[in-house]
Amino acid sequence: MVYDVAIIGAGIIGAMTARELSRYRLKVCLLERTNDVAAGASRANSGIVHGGYDPEPGTLKAEMNILGVEKLFRAAEELHVPCIRNGSMICAFGAAEEPAVHALYERGLVNGVKDLRILTGDEARELEPELSGEVSLVLHVPTAGIVCPYKLTIAAAGNAIDNGIDFYRNFAVCGAEKTDEAFCLRAESGETVEARYVVNCAGAYSDRVAALFGDGDFSIIPRAGEYLLLDKAEGGRVAHTIFQVPSAAGKGILVSPTVDGNLLTGPTAAAVESPENTEITPEGVETVKALSARSVPGVQFARVITSFSGVRASEKGGDFIIRTSERVPGLVHAAAIDSPGLTSCVAIAERVTELLSGAGLVLEPKAHWDGTRPDTEAFRHMNDEEKDAFIRENPDYGRIVCRCEGISEGEIRDAVRRAPGARDVDSVKRRTRAGMGRCQGGFCMPHVMRIIAEELGIPEEQVTKKGPGSHILTGRL
Amino acid sequence: MTEKHDIVIVGGGPAGLAAAVAAYDAGVTDVVIIDREEAPGGVLRQCIHNGFGLHKLGRELTGPEYAAVYAAEAVKRGIRILRETMVTAVSPDREVTACSREGILKIEAGAVILAMGCRERSRGALNIGGTRPAGIFSAGTAQRLINCEGYMVGKKAVILGSGDIGLIMARRLTLEGAKVEAVCELMSYSGGLTRNIVQCLEDFDIPLYLSTTVKEIHGRDRLTGVTVVAVDESRRPVPGTERYIECDTLLLSCGLIPENELSLAAGIPLDTITGGALVDERRETEIPGIFACGNVLQVHDLVDYVSDEAELAGRSAAAFVRGEISQEKTVTVSAEKGIRYCLPQRVHTDAGKTELYMRVAAPAERVKIVARDGERVLLEANRRRVAPGEMEKITLTPEMISGAEEIRVSLEAWK
Ligand SMILES: Cc1cc2nc3c(=O)[nH]c(=O)nc-3n(C[C@H](O)[C@H](O)[C@H](O)COP(=O)(O)OP(=O)(O)OC[C@H]3O[C@@H](n4cnc5c(N)ncnc54)[C@H](O)[C@@H]3O)c2cc1C
Repeated sequence: MVYDVAIIGAGIIGAMTARELSRYRLKVCLLERTNDVAAGASRANSGIVHGGYDPEPGTLKAEMNILGVEKLFRAAEELHVPCIRNGSMICAFGAAEEPAVHALYERGLVNGVKDLRILTGDEARELEPELSGEVSLVLHVPTAGIVCPYKLTIAAAGNAIDNGIDFYRNFAVCGAEKTDEAFCLRAESGETVEARYVVNCAGAYSDRVAALFGDGDFSIIPRAGEYLLLDKAEGGRVAHTIFQVPSAAGKGILVSPTVDGNLLTGPTAAAVESPENTEITPEGVETVKALSARSVPGVQFARVITSFSGVRASEKGGDFIIRTSERVPGLVHAAAIDSPGLTSCVAIAERVTELLSGAGLVLEPKAHWDGTRPDTEAFRHMNDEEKDAFIRENPDYGRIVCRCEGISEGEIRDAVRRAPGARDVDSVKRRTRAGMGRCQGGFCMPHVMRIIAEELGIPEEQVTKKGPGSHILTGRL
Repeated sequence: MTEKHDIVIVGGGPAGLAAAVAAYDAGVTDVVIIDREEAPGGVLRQCIHNGFGLHKLGRELTGPEYAAVYAAEAVKRGIRILRETMVTAVSPDREVTACSREGILKIEAGAVILAMGCRERSRGALNIGGTRPAGIFSAGTAQRLINCEGYMVGKKAVILGSGDIGLIMARRLTLEGAKVEAVCELMSYSGGLTRNIVQCLEDFDIPLYLSTTVKEIHGRDRLTGVTVVAVDESRRPVPGTERYIECDTLLLSCGLIPENELSLAAGIPLDTITGGALVDERRETEIPGIFACGNVLQVHDLVDYVSDEAELAGRSAAAFVRGEISQEKTVTVSAEKGIRYCLPQRVHTDAGKTELYMRVAAPAERVKIVARDGERVLLEANRRRVAPGEMEKITLTPEMISGAEEIRVSLEAWK
């Protein structure tokens, strides 16, 4: 079979593009090198729906960001992914930094951001009492929000699969050949697929993927960002996402609530050798602590529950690369999508679809396309009476497996069954939060492994943490 | 569904079981134990080594055997044990909400005893640098996988932390054919019992590196090695002392934290040092009718002491149900110089003979524990050597307590 379109990379851009293309009568496949969607930047980022005051006017980033915000809120609602409009504050500390607030305000106006306001430090502290007393001027962006990036990616891919696209995991594209009518894409495993059009959504690897097609005119400079995630006991420390104006002291370190009620601090920005480099460094941890304490001095870092790092796919030119390849007809790039890529994802997916259409792909809407996805967290949000009734019908939901987050066996089974199904412990964690709480899986991991093994019909020794090579057990006694 | 019971006990580990039996024997027979696991026994179910019961039962048992003794006592009395049932909330007016495959259960309780035990500090909280591969376990998780599920977790291991679980797992892994390359301890002394250092490390030639920590984790899919580094007195890494150890497994045994999420949600004030509730001499928290005992209150060295404490809480809860409540005021008990914490944190002035449990801040020799009321010395107890890993205890008489205004405990040189 020859696919109409193959999408390389199941990050938020690939997943949203798949969902967008699933509206049409096309044969589409989504190819991902790892064991799950959201393996790259879409797993580990700030999760901020940026207002659009930051990108330079006239760039693709500015255009996609402004178009993207409302589209993202709508898609999140359809997919039942929590997305909260909590607003951002960008803070200046003293007179020297205040011009930067005014400059961002002006830029925001040019880009078309609505409802921007400049607040004095005291006015900001009225809204956000834990803000540092050193904060003297603030840009308030009420239209900005927060979303969980990997949940959005999972939901978008799941919705695309429900609407008929094929998902290939552990399919790392390492070769591309042009035959008469199509591209033949070869995976490291030897498996191949053929497709008439290809979309390159390979994130930090997008330059390498372009090169496989003989299209090597851009290159990605990976930059890592480290974060500390704090316990829910810290989640109420701030309501807005608190940024600092770019300065010598720090660039972009934020303090923000997450949609799940935790507190997120970070990221750092350090050039790294490879996109694989998601290591946590003592220096990074210290930087995050020091700079976030500058904005919100009361943060209790004794309550850190985990640290993680994500790699930005930045390009020299500084802008997104969303275009049809000049050299290779049929290849479309959605590459170098660093921040605000998450915010822009729906706008980018629509732009990619237009580019494909411009390149000759015929878009014929399906008669029955359903852009909604059932709420995977419905059970969690029920009250006691509703839960009681639900458990009586579905007893697996009454067996709590993850103590810290209160996740039941039923929800874990759902995570394995519902597209794109979880195949390893980390994938279950991203879908259900089992193992993401205070004990970080100490108690529930053995249970989760057992349930995965049962669902997949494999021995428990074969259950991995995050795909091939990451086995957890080394054998039976 | 709503039920009513005199005493509801949250947790069916050694603390919950002993508290139930003691409450029953004190005359309150309508006692229910709720546990989330498929069988009672708590963490003892995975502690298949021996060393349990010497103080309390006069014989040396394994963990499961010790738990079985208490479970049998509970069963003999017809005490109901709800299994695979997770308590999700306790309200200040003692309504307990629990969840099981049968649905959501609500119980109005005459008294509640919290006995949820503790959990291990997770790696994220420790902020070790490097990658995030498979092969990193908390020592207790590895213990469960090996002892309860029958799986092996690795071939070559490094253990960070020399608390008792870490030491016991060093021996366990060795007995199962793995090679334990090193046990690293951040502090300049081990937090474990001396007998465990001898029986679990020295007897197997496993090296213990004090003032050493794991700085970095290596490996993408499965762990391939760790970088260890020496630390100075202020626990900062000493540059130049880094050393790479090849291993596929890292066990973390970096301390236990009482599991007090339910208590916090109920509004029960906690002690910032113990991580457990603030209690009086009867183990009643600051919310009337809610008691706490075992590792959810303070992390104990030996299960024998957990049982003692739980029996006290069980008897106290029974007294509360019968309406026997002290009307006297309480005086605070505070830990001062050299003492990390002291429990109970308050006593009623009409209290009977009261034992004060405490941990010292650092190892010391030839010292005395001094209890004072204001400036007046109530009691002095000499100790040849003390260490944070071994809990200390002194006993106050009713006469010492009755007139006291505030009790202060400190560690002083032995002259
Ligand atoms: C630290 C950090 C903070 C950020 N904060 C924000 C923010 O707050 N708001 C915002 O809007 N944006 C933010 N971003 C940007 C946002 O995360 C990205 O724009 C977005 O995730 C990019 O998605 P993607 O799909 O292009 O890339 P990725 O998520 O990296 O996905 C690429 C996928 O391609 C796969 N792949 C690669 N090569 C191959 C191959 N050969 N074959 C098959 N599959 C392949 C990878 O495994 C991966 O799954 C942040 C980014 C970072 C790193």
